Amino acid sequence: MAEYKSSAIEEFSNIWVFCEQRDGKLMNTDFELISEARKLADQRGSKLVALLLGGEGIGDLAKELGGYGADQVIVCEDPALAVYTNEAYSKVVCDMVMKYKPEVLLIGASNIGRDLGPRCAARLHTGLTADCTHLDIDMNTYVDFLDKNSNVDVKNTEFKMEDVNMKMTRPAFGGHLMATIICPRFRPCMATVRPGVLKKEEYDQTKAEACEITIVKPNIDTAALHEKVLEIVKEAKEVVDLIGADVVVSIGNGAAKDIETAKKLALELADALGGGVVGSSRALVDAGLMDADRQVGQTGKTVHPKVYVALGISGAIQHQAGMQNSELIIAVNKNENEPIFEIADYGLVGDLFKVVPEMINAINSMK
Amino acid sequence: MKIYVCVKQVPDTSGVVAVNPDGTMNRAKMPAIINPDDLNAMEAALQLKEKECATVVAVSMGPPQAGEMMRELLAMGADEAVLISGREFGGSDTFATSQIIAGAIHHLGIKEEDLILCGRQAIDGDTAQVGPQIAEKLHLPQVTYATEIIKEGNTYTVKRALEDGYMSIQVKSPCLITCIKELNEPRYMTVEGVFSADEKPLTVLDYEALKDEPLIETETIGLNGSPTNIFKSFNPPVKGKGEMFVGSDKEMAMQLAEKLAEKHVI
Ligand SMILES: Cc1cc2nc3c(=O)[nH]c(=O)nc-3n(C[C@H](O)[C@H](O)[C@H](O)COP(=O)(O)OP(=O)(O)OC[C@H]3O[C@@H](n4cnc5c(N)ncnc54)[C@H](O)[C@@H]3O)c2cc1C
Repeated sequence: MAEYKSSAIEEFSNIWVFCEQRDGKLMNTDFELISEARKLADQRGSKLVALLLGGEGIGDLAKELGGYGADQVIVCEDPALAVYTNEAYSKVVCDMVMKYKPEVLLIGASNIGRDLGPRCAARLHTGLTADCTHLDIDMNTYVDFLDKNSNVDVKNTEFKMEDVNMKMTRPAFGGHLMATIICPRFRPCMATVRPGVLKKEEYDQTKAEACEITIVKPNIDTAALHEKVLEIVKEAKEVVDLIGADVVVSIGNGAAKDIETAKKLALELADALGGGVVGSSRALVDAGLMDADRQVGQTGKTVHPKVYVALGISGAIQHQAGMQNSELIIAVNKNENEPIFEIADYGLVGDLFKVVPEMINAINSMK
Repeated sequence: MKIYVCVKQVPDTSGVVAVNPDGTMNRAKMPAIINPDDLNAMEAALQLKEKECATVVAVSMGPPQAGEMMRELLAMGADEAVLISGREFGGSDTFATSQIIAGAIHHLGIKEEDLILCGRQAIDGDTAQVGPQIAEKLHLPQVTYATEIIKEGNTYTVKRALEDGYMSIQVKSPCLITCIKELNEPRYMTVEGVFSADEKPLTVLDYEALKDEPLIETETIGLNGSPTNIFKSFNPPVKGKGEMFVGSDKEMAMQLAEKLAEKHVI
């Protein structure tokens, strides 16, 4: 193996995605990341490689990653990788990176990705940008993104068009600002990416068949491992698919005085809109009235449904951070001066307990 | 046993955020608080100390003003406080910060029975990277997102939160654990605590004190040395205010339904 030096940036090539699996199943984030990374690989004219770690037989999942656009899947199979441990996973990921020297390494920002990413970046002697919501390599694509999504006057700003550093954009300072980060002096450029933000492309069976699969026997000395997993417990609660829902109806503090009625109304409204999921602001989660997995916002989930309805939510910047990219936003609030109305497409000023039943009736009457 | 607790003074991002022309946060213009997750780490340390003899050392990297926060932590029950402060450290990204903090802890000494506790993430960056990166630099095992910590001798059994449940993990000290708010309810300072805080040691480690630390690579610290740089920072475009319906509840609801039908949403 040639010596690994993160500052020898010209030695690094290809776009890599670390694909997380739990219980031998790929995660939705893997497909989102592969789909997005496909575009980056095309911008850069390089190969897209998925890195998949797991127990014996995990290689069976590799083709599916090809279906979303991976040219190659590197599969590391070992009983010590069946269940995630920071020690074994960071060892294998770093070994692979040091051997093949990718230019870019993307990781999903799950609780596991956020445990693995920083550990690897520190060992690989490179930078890591957390929780990115947008990525570009090509400067033209980036400028186009800025033009559509920022207040930057791109026509009067100078950009070095030949710059090929990955441009990693993320919310900064609690969602008050957006920042684009680069890692110009070291490789790989590493980023973790928020689940649910990037779009998964259509699955393509021909691409799946064409994908090259490379099986690598990882070098793990099990006797040297310090970290022991005693058990993994799945909490037997209903799985809330906020991120994937087409309709999200969220309730906030305005619903606190009669939470049960509000929940019922929110669900009925979601049904009238074609079926969806009930979300929440952090205020109700903190008050113990709603489960944390329903929280939308900077410290909760990022959603971009076709329709987002905010009932009795003031629209704090941290809440907006999780829902402002929804296709259509409807707000109901008794105070017409709340910030939620600044970003809503349609606003209804009134008491949610009175307005929502009327909304359900009106919508149902139109069908 | 020594328990190092890494804490950060952060601007309260729930209020108005002040920004410098270069895109960094103008911390001087915002009220400063102790990062919430770090208080859970401090509480965990104090609870461990109540069970067995331990010295709790609060460690922070920040400007001299962070000294005030260190006094608060001493009043909460920490035995010693160490503030890592120097111009050379300013503007560090997580890679740079973790090197400096790891270097400082190495400088202070870490033994077999010792423990490092951090908050999961700081609210001014939300990266959750510094804890794991300190662990890597010190070659220690890490457990992140802790919701329960049980100590038996040098063995720690930690519940680590996952999106859909938890994992129970066993590691031996020395190790690093990052804490989340579900772990505990942080205590307040007591009057006695406030009085005794002034007698407890608060040490400042500056660049001179740390520059020869083998874990610190002086060319990758500070604003210019950090691997990652801000390329651009910007505001999202202001979306034009939408349509506000007027009339009775029923009339507003009807107008909405008509719009939704027009747009084929329903
Ligand atoms: C670091 C940090 C991270 C955060 N992360 C998040 C996050 O991820 N998600 C999040 O949501 N928040 C987050 N917050 C909290 C956020 O700042 C707000 O405090 C929170 O979003 C407020 O929730 P709310 O809108 O439900 O409550 P409030 O701000 O109390 O608003 C309640 C609204 O209900 C209206 N109302 C009252 N009664 C009625 C009624 N009968 N009918 C109609 N309207 C009524 C009121 O006019 C008001 O606008 C975070 C804060 C911090 C500091």
